[in-house]
Amino acid sequence: MSEQVPKPEELVQIDYQPPAKPWMDVPVEFRRGTFCYAGAKKNVEYLGFPNPRDWQPMDEDWKLPPNWREIILEGMRDRLQKFRSFRLFMDICVRCGACADKCHFYLGSGDPKNMPVLRAELIRSIYRRYFTWTGRLFGRLAGARDLTEDVIKEWFYYFYQCTECRRCSVFCPYGIDTAEITMIGRELLNLVGCNINWALEPAANCFRTGNHLGIQPHGFKDSIEFAIDELEDLTGVRVEVPIAKKGAEVLFIMPSADYFASPHYYTLLGYLLLFHQIGLDYTVSPYASEGGNFGLFISHEMMKRLNDKIYREAKRLKVKWLLGGECGHMWRVLHQYMDTMNGPADFLEVPKSPITGTVFEHAKSTKMIHICEFTADLIRHGKIKLDPSRNDHWVVTYHDSCNTSRAMGLLEEPRYILRNVCRNFYEMPENTIREQTFCCGSGSGLGTDENLEARLRGGLPRANAVKYVRDRYGVNLLACICAIDKATLPTLLEYWCPGVEVAGVHELVGNALVVDGEKERTTDLRGQPLRRKEVTANA
Amino acid sequence: MHAWTALITIIILAVAGYVGGQLSATRVLIGTIVPYVAIGIFLVGIAWRVIAWARSPVPFRIPTTCGQQKSLPWIKRARFDSPFTPGETIVRMLLEVLLFRSLFRNTRAELRREGPRLLYEEEKWLWLGALVFHWSMLVVLLRHLRFFREPTPAIVLLLQRIDGFFQIGAPVVYWTGVTMLAALGYLLWRRLKIPQVRYVSLFTDYFALYLLMAIAGSGIWLRYFTKTDIVGVKQLTLGLMTFTPVVPTTVAPLFFMHLFLVSVLLAYFPFSKLVHMPGIFLSPTRNLPNNSRAVRHINPWNYPVKVHTYEEWEEEFRDKLIAAGLPLDKESGNHV
Repeated sequence: MSEQVPKPEELVQIDYQPPAKPWMDVPVEFRRGTFCYAGAKKNVEYLGFPNPRDWQPMDEDWKLPPNWREIILEGMRDRLQKFRSFRLFMDICVRCGACADKCHFYLGSGDPKNMPVLRAELIRSIYRRYFTWTGRLFGRLAGARDLTEDVIKEWFYYFYQCTECRRCSVFCPYGIDTAEITMIGRELLNLVGCNINWALEPAANCFRTGNHLGIQPHGFKDSIEFAIDELEDLTGVRVEVPIAKKGAEVLFIMPSADYFASPHYYTLLGYLLLFHQIGLDYTVSPYASEGGNFGLFISHEMMKRLNDKIYREAKRLKVKWLLGGECGHMWRVLHQYMDTMNGPADFLEVPKSPITGTVFEHAKSTKMIHICEFTADLIRHGKIKLDPSRNDHWVVTYHDSCNTSRAMGLLEEPRYILRNVCRNFYEMPENTIREQTFCCGSGSGLGTDENLEARLRGGLPRANAVKYVRDRYGVNLLACICAIDKATLPTLLEYWCPGVEVAGVHELVGNALVVDGEKERTTDLRGQPLRRKEVTANA
Repeated sequence: MHAWTALITIIILAVAGYVGGQLSATRVLIGTIVPYVAIGIFLVGIAWRVIAWARSPVPFRIPTTCGQQKSLPWIKRARFDSPFTPGETIVRMLLEVLLFRSLFRNTRAELRREGPRLLYEEEKWLWLGALVFHWSMLVVLLRHLRFFREPTPAIVLLLQRIDGFFQIGAPVVYWTGVTMLAALGYLLWRRLKIPQVRYVSLFTDYFALYLLMAIAGSGIWLRYFTKTDIVGVKQLTLGLMTFTPVVPTTVAPLFFMHLFLVSVLLAYFPFSKLVHMPGIFLSPTRNLPNNSRAVRHINPWNYPVKVHTYEEWEEEFRDKLIAAGLPLDKESGNHV
């Protein structure tokens, strides 16, 4: 962990008192640890975005194009005509403040511009000035201000200090969704070449190689083969993973972190064991080797460009339907955008579980279901044998990821699975789970190192709820279904509440799953020893 | 700052209305032309606003799901917090519009530095204040129909009977007038008192509150204290309705202030945050069903984008695919 990051006792000294100066007079300060580095020139160029150059947010001169103001205003005009959400949310906010203390970044920083209402006002004030006559006529009295370079800097800072988690929109009486505002704000910034590398590089990688991590086909194959060997060591069972197999029934899409990062990797082991045990006719693809979509964090267009690979590959491989792994924002795209952007998927069939016969009618158009829906159905029909005692070394809580909860409503399926695969499961306080869940603080492309302080601040509410169940019930494992959570929560929890590890739901499924022909399991999928049987039998 | 500017603005407007009510020339203006112009601005303004919203399409189906989705039949789903059918979505909207469902979820977070511990408390006052204000205003508006219809509609008489149920005072006190003013007072108080809310407040936030309070206050004063010539008032309002305006001289100047402020409100409405009233019906995070995977949503401006096709990808990684023994669609590359 970086030595620049203050200790938790220091970081928690948060002052919620707003400054005396009106917010329009408070300039943005690029303090190290709170912002992300600029998009690298090569990535901007590769993706064909405007204004590629070498620059950093700390620079005085951001090297904006000469007509940047016209570009931004034209971009706003265009989006006001294209997105009812944007137009409406510019007009109807009454500044009641219900959203203020719902934002994890506000709770963790006390910075008033992190209140969702004010984050939106950053752009509303420009809207009023250039797109309403009251703003043109009365200026500041009408809440309007001029578009200056400082405004661009402020947008950059605060639109990249929002994880598009939508928690505020749950509480807003008009459903104003800051994710929409932030997405549009980032699109506008992108028009003048102001973007962050942690979002651009994965997008560039994904466009080229098929996944965010830039893993090429042979690397993909190696990873999968490594997992197969590992599983054999752990269970004595050798599974088969067909790569790019034409005519398979199911194409399985997962976030690339699952086969290349830890602790995601153990989730992959869980999937592979499950598919082996039920004899699923499936395939994975090195071309569509990414379920996640960092395009979502850049622009609607970029999202569509990356998402394109999924249906394209499904069509090429002539599969019947699609199954998706554990990832939060991936499911926002799959659930709310994919069919609209790249559908209709009329070459696929309505997903039907070959094991239980269940037809997933709720996905009859998109033809893609979530692995938790699939597994919950298997368990419900008694099609897999589970030994939950194999997870007795874990005391588990469940973290809803923002997108699966607030942009999908997938709340009970993972819980149902967890209750069947482990015996110690405790919920965090109700204001911090389900649709009110708190973001990890690192979503939407912000999960990098240079902004660690901002992430730790944003992650405070989540970690604090974990700490509550750790102290109360001895929770030592946070289960989740989000690749960004798995990548970033370990750091966060180590900082705020040490002693709690992070795992995917299907890692726990893999632990508990009784596989035909397996050897007696003495370790979990991480290679950690299981709690001895007789101890649990006595307990 | 904004709180004071708005207050001064309202005082000026109120005084203008009051003084205007005392001079015969301006009385005619306020009693006839101003209301017509205000209503005109209101109707045209709202129509223009709603049309502007409606002309922007909803490219994606983006409901905020606040409960369990419809997936497997044995999982209990939240029909109204995560609606799947249009009917369920209508119920969700009704809950929002009539009962302020989302605001009802409101909590207040508090950070205890020892621990540290973040606590969340139920915080229903904002919801209650908002609900009381809006419902009171609706009843007050409906009660005012008696000035615009002759004979007074039965429903209005019934409302009056309920509203004055406790039969206190003469004339009988209508509770909604009192609760409307009290709720507005609370909303103003919290806007000034809570530092964060005060920090984000604009001129318009105070102006709208003062304006509504001045209207409610003058209305109450007219009914219970000035006890102005009610027959004269009805003559005037019916005259407006039938486009044969008359301005009786027996009506108190305070009434003209009341009428003038109402006119200001109507004219101000379409250009202010008050458009949240029609706006909420169009909110795409609330008025769409969560059935994105079952029913395809069409984006009218969906356009082709630059993609990396499989063929391009295979060509780019041909050597590596061959080395790894992975299957190829085209056995030999273009460049060979």
